[in-house]
Parts: sequence; structure tokens; C-alpha cells
Amino acid sequence: MMLFGPGHRACAGCGCAVTIRHVLEALEGKCFVVNSTGCMEVVSTPYPESSWEVPYIHSLFENASAVAAGIETALKSLSREHEGKVVVIAGDGATADIGVQTLSGMMFRGHDILYVCYDNEAYMNTGVQMSGLTPLGAHTTTSPAGKSIPGNLGPKKDMPAIALAHGAKYVATASMAFLADIKKKIRKARDITGPSYIQIHSTCVPGWGIDSARSVEIARLAVETGLYPIFEYENGQLVSVRKIKNRKPVEEYLKVQARFRHLFKDERGKEIIEKIQEIADYNAQYYGLDA
Amino acid sequence: MKKVVEGSVAIAHAVKTIRPDVIAAYPITPQTHIVERLSEYIADGELKSEYVRADSEFSAISILVGASATGARTFTSTSSQGLALMHEVLFNASGMRLPIVMVVANRALSAPLNIWNDQQDSISQRDSGWIQLYAEDIQEAHDLTLQAYKISEDIEVRLPSMVCMDGFILTHAYEPVDLFEDEEVQKFLPPYDPKVYLTTEDPLTFGALATPEYYTEFRYVMQQAMERAKKKIRKVFTEFKEMFNRGEESLISLYKMEDADIAIITLGSLTSTVREAVDRLRDKGIKAGVVKIISYRPFPEEEIRKSLDKVNSFIVFEKDISLGHEGAVFTDVKSVVYHMKDRPSAFGFAVGLGGRDVRESTIEKLIVECIEGRKKEGFYFGDVKRVKEILK
Repeated sequence: MMLFGPGHRACAGCGCAVTIRHVLEALEGKCFVVNSTGCMEVVSTPYPESSWEVPYIHSLFENASAVAAGIETALKSLSREHEGKVVVIAGDGATADIGVQTLSGMMFRGHDILYVCYDNEAYMNTGVQMSGLTPLGAHTTTSPAGKSIPGNLGPKKDMPAIALAHGAKYVATASMAFLADIKKKIRKARDITGPSYIQIHSTCVPGWGIDSARSVEIARLAVETGLYPIFEYENGQLVSVRKIKNRKPVEEYLKVQARFRHLFKDERGKEIIEKIQEIADYNAQYYGLDA
Repeated sequence: MKKVVEGSVAIAHAVKTIRPDVIAAYPITPQTHIVERLSEYIADGELKSEYVRADSEFSAISILVGASATGARTFTSTSSQGLALMHEVLFNASGMRLPIVMVVANRALSAPLNIWNDQQDSISQRDSGWIQLYAEDIQEAHDLTLQAYKISEDIEVRLPSMVCMDGFILTHAYEPVDLFEDEEVQKFLPPYDPKVYLTTEDPLTFGALATPEYYTEFRYVMQQAMERAKKKIRKVFTEFKEMFNRGEESLISLYKMEDADIAIITLGSLTSTVREAVDRLRDKGIKAGVVKIISYRPFPEEEIRKSLDKVNSFIVFEKDISLGHEGAVFTDVKSVVYHMKDRPSAFGFAVGLGGRDVRESTIEKLIVECIEGRKKEGFYFGDVKRVKEILK
């Protein structure tokens, strides 16, 4: 049985739908899903239909962590913890911006909740606006590449570090390009009692301006350039990273996406690309990515 | 068990006997004593609820959304800014038909910052799909807390409830209260049977997206549930009266209305003050009576219309104002008399805003001004003084 059922209305090539399907498969349906408002909620629950073969609740944009905390607490109070793990599935805007307080409260209180952020790096559901996880240089509809400003000027907010600072027992990143890795990490987080945070890089075909057939390939390039380091922390210690053989220059990842197209047009863009390369180099050094 | 207790303690006691599965709490004056006392019960092992110290009122009510959807009986309480912060979640909780019960310690809204009592906070949430019950005294607040669970959890209703009690005036006052015994509550309130809830045994989707093709019908059935709630409130009040020998059987409570020419309509603790003023006027030969609104949502349309059948005029005293129009309760009451043949004259006053003391003499003076024709029909601030001197 497909736990994230066929018939959902996500775009062809949607990385987030692939991510969610594999998250649910890893949990074998023994879970309660709390979904924040966003693409995945909208495409999967048009009344009277639902793609979810697991107990599912969508409340608001910014309160998924609190709703999840309520479910986890109720299961404890009613002695029903055996039914399954409480899992939040939220986009990057819901996670890093509007929902960061409820996420902080949930992790601080130590609820037994697995938080999955599907990171497609902007508010895609509302039409590609900049979020706290939009990368440097990206054109979005609220950080447009203009004559004076070349797209988003800031780096991604370091959400894994924020989760670690809360003492989350398991913190990891993953990519939709490596599905077995997603499943392995989800199962690991499931088996840990306490809050865990997994951020999964997932493509957005219209938001990134990519060829839907190349969704997985482009997600893989983010990892192979060092721009999306894949790592895991257990009890605050870095325990594994996905090593990269012959790390690719960031241009290879940037040039295949319309959101970075403006960077290849002038000197200013060239400077931004250099800064993006610096981020990749930093990641490689910090996490020891180079094989 | 009759004891002299603080209002907040009476509420906490009621909640202890109701035994919610999950309590979520966040501090705000003047509500804090309620959640403090509940945390003491838990610390002393007298109450077995799960108690979550939330990171905000927004999170507190969101936690209850999750818990209630999972089939737990839930409780929280808040005030003013806290209730305003919950605003978005209130609509969500009622839309998902979650029978959460919350006590609101009524307090003014900022700016200017003011921690004292009025009812602008809960009145401003009147369209949120929550049942709103207003208490006149501590006993009534204590009793309504239990009654609210029975009303909200009824499968015919399945809407959340706010029990509104005036901040400080009731939360921090001491009165003799007939406190619930555990056995009484268990007899009165059946165990919560959610029927529909989140479980892996029968996976359901809560909080779906409804297109224009379906949204109206969701709102329509909520409105029908509010209508059914009127009957349910009467039934629960009646059952309560039979068992506890106190309280009302109707959504409103009447005082000296049998022969009244003029009805004074109000809600909350102000009712006691208004009753005193009416007694004084009766001594002077003015035939006034009191209509106390207990249930503001659902609005007791039929009861109020009937109570105003024979009066020449009515005066609403309320602790809120819909800025740019008039008091919200005044608007609602006027809408009820619209279809009456001999429509009574309508007067309304905003009083007691931001904790200003409302005296019997003020109420009496304003009533007399209306009766003597010194005021035209309409809505007024009842007690504004020295604007130029105070706000220059």
C-alpha cells in the first residue's frame, strides 16, 4: 500500500512528494503526521480526498510543532504511545521562519517527536517568495534579481545548528537524491526517544526553474558541489557525513536552474558565484566532505 | 463542600474534578493563579493530567488542538493579549470541531497596556465559532466550567467553549463557593468519548483543504451546531440544577422582569452591580428589571426577544466597544428586536473599560437619563471624564 497515495496534485518532478513518500515508507505507516500549511498539505488533502494512509492533521502554517506536542502528550496521557511516532512534516518557511518558535518550544521541552523539514528553499505554495532557507544569490519573487540587487543577499539560516543548540538528540540533513539515506535516517530518528530534526533538500520544479526530468540529478549536484552537506549528529556529536569524490564547482549546480541564471550575466553575478563557492568550500572543510 | 476561596482557585478545583487528560498553560495576568494552582495539584500528585508549559498562548492552544484531535479531554486558560495571540488557532479549533474548554479571565487589550478588567478580549472573539459563557460570580464560573465540558463534548455540538470570568473582579476575589466533589462530577459528566480522533488503527485526515465547492457547507454545519448548542445548553443547565440545586435553566437569567417597563441588559460580574441599581430604582417607583446574558455565543435570540416583549425600552451595559460603530452586545440585542411590532427604545453604554470601577450610582444615573429623555437612542461611553485634562 502506498502510504502517501497516488493521485496527489503535486507537480511532475516534485522533489517534496518523493521525499514524503519515502519518509512514510521508512516509518511503515506507524506514525501520526502533523503537516504545516504549504504545498504538500494543499496538494494532498483536497476535501473529500486525502493522499494520507496514516493519521494526519493539518492545523496552521506555524504551529505544527505545538500540535505535534499535543498529540504526543495525549498519546502519553491515554497510554497509546505504542500506536506510533509523531512526525512533523513542514516546509522550509514553516520551519525556519514562521514556525521557529513552536519548533524551539517543542525541542526545548523534549517531546518525542521527529521533525522533518522538506527544504525546497522558498515559499513555493504562495509563488516562490524568499524564506530563511533560500540560498545566497537565488532569485525569488520577493528577492528578485534586479538592476541594483542580484537576488537573495543572505545565506541559509543554519537550522540544524539551531536544533543542536536545543539539545535535539538526533540532527541530520539528507537529500531526495539519496533515498536509501533518507530512510535510514528516518528509522534512526524514529528509534530515538526525544526530539529529532531532519532537513531534507527537495527540489521544486517551477520554483527553481528546472527541467522536471532532471529533478533528482539537480538535487544530487547540490550535494556533489558541497552546497548541501549531508551529515548526522547523534547526541550533539557529528557521527557521519556523505563524502564527495572530486567535488564539483558550484557553477555546475547553479547553471541548470533559472533562479540562478542572472548570476552568469555580469561581473556582479560572478562575485556572487565566488561567494557561493566559498560557502561550498567552507562546508567541505567544516564537515570534512572531500573524500 | 462550601469554602471561601479565591476565584482562580475555584476554577482550578473544578478542573481538578473534571480531570482533563492534557492541560497546556502559559502565564498571563490575571489568569495565572488558575494554572499555578493546577501545577500545584500535579506536583502534589492530586491531579494526574499531563501538564505542558507552552512557549506562548498560541502554542498552548495549538497543543490542545493536537491533544483534542487525538481524543484527549483538554483545558487551558488565558486573558487579553494571550487570547488575541490565540486568535488564528481559535477558528481552527472550532473548524475541526474540537471540544476544548478554556477559561478566559477577561482583561482589556493594549494599547495602552492595561492589565485590568473589561471584556474586549473575548467579545472580540465572538465570531470564532466558540461557545461563550459569561459568569456573574465565582460560583457561576466554577459551575460553568463543568457545564462547558458537557455542552462542548456532546456529539450534537462538538464546538469548543470559553468560560469568561471578569479578571481580578472574579479571578482574585474571595467568595464562599460550593465546590464540586469528585463523585458528583463523575456522575454529571460522562467520560469523554471522542468517536472521531487520530489513531493509527483507523487513519483519518484532519484539517483538509476545502475548495469553494465545500467550504460553505462546513460553515453551515457549524452554524447548525451552534443552534443545537442552544438546546444543549438549556438541557445541561437543567440537569445541573436538578443535581446541584443551583444555577439557571436558560441562556439568560431574569431579575424583576415580570412587570418591568425597562430592561437593563448586561453580562458578567457587572450584573450584580446592575441588580443593585435596579433595586434602588424600584424603590423610587421605576419599574426596571435585569436581563443577564449567560450564553453570548450562541446568542439567546429567542429568550431575549421574549424578555423584551413588554418593555418600553432597554439599556445595554457592556465592557467593550466595536470601535467605529458601537458596543457589540448592543448591536446584537438591537438585531433581536428588529422584527418586533412595538420595538422598544434602545440605549447602550460602554462602562468599566480597562478596569474602571463601575458604581451603582453611575448605572442608576445613566438609566435615569435615558428614562427622562435626556439621552437620544444610541450608544455612549458611560463614564468619560476630563478627556482634555487627562490626554493632552
